[in-house]
Amino acid sequence: MATVNLSDALLVKNYIAGDEKALAILIERHQSKIYGFIYSKIADRAITDDVFQDTFIKVIKTLKSNSYNEEGKFLPWVMRIAHNLVVDHFRRNKKMPMHRETEEYSIFSYMTDNSMNVEGRMITDQVEDDLRRLLDELPADQKEVLVMRMYQDMSFKEIAESTGVSINTALGRMRYALMNLRKVIEKNQIILTN
Amino acid sequence: MAKLYTSKKLATPKMLPKKETIRFLIDYSKALSIVKIGNMTFETIAN
Repeated sequence: MATVNLSDALLVKNYIAGDEKALAILIERHQSKIYGFIYSKIADRAITDDVFQDTFIKVIKTLKSNSYNEEGKFLPWVMRIAHNLVVDHFRRNKKMPMHRETEEYSIFSYMTDNSMNVEGRMITDQVEDDLRRLLDELPADQKEVLVMRMYQDMSFKEIAESTGVSINTALGRMRYALMNLRKVIEKNQIILTN
Repeated sequence: MAKLYTSKKLATPKMLPKKETIRFLIDYSKALSIVKIGNMTFETIAN
């Protein structure tokens, strides 16, 4: 292939004129130097690939928009773009450091899952179920106050209003409800913890 | 024997970008066209 031996300047000229093959030759010719240069600064294959790609996207855009005016100095120009992108990368990373998962460093040792496991969930369900059955043992007026306070999150004022008794009576019923619950729990030796 | 004082280079000559990266760049170049009208620049990517 005759085009392979053309100088960079001529290939750039051909590429601008619409010869897409010229770009492939230019990349082929300089990829090792440019890639090696980026890798020597970044030392990460994946990021090096990203920067290499960004470098050539910039090259393509500049050439296609006819803004390139450094004929004869193609490689130094591309190297300068790569260098600037490497600097950009480090600047960005300084603001937001990125950590890659390695053998010594695991993201899961920093992140914890606070939700309960299956066993914990089952125990909680059982405890709540037991408590509901205990509530059924209470006298209706006490149960009513306790359900309104604990499950419906109503204030004693609201409970008093909706049951048609005074606040003190509502408070008293709540007190008796809790005392009776404790008594039943103690009597049956029920464990309500998880 | 002569002692080598140079440290091992981080980049080896064999190191090359991924084939997909090169493919992407060539395809991107084929798809991209830039048109300048006045002081405005339009970039079009043919799908």
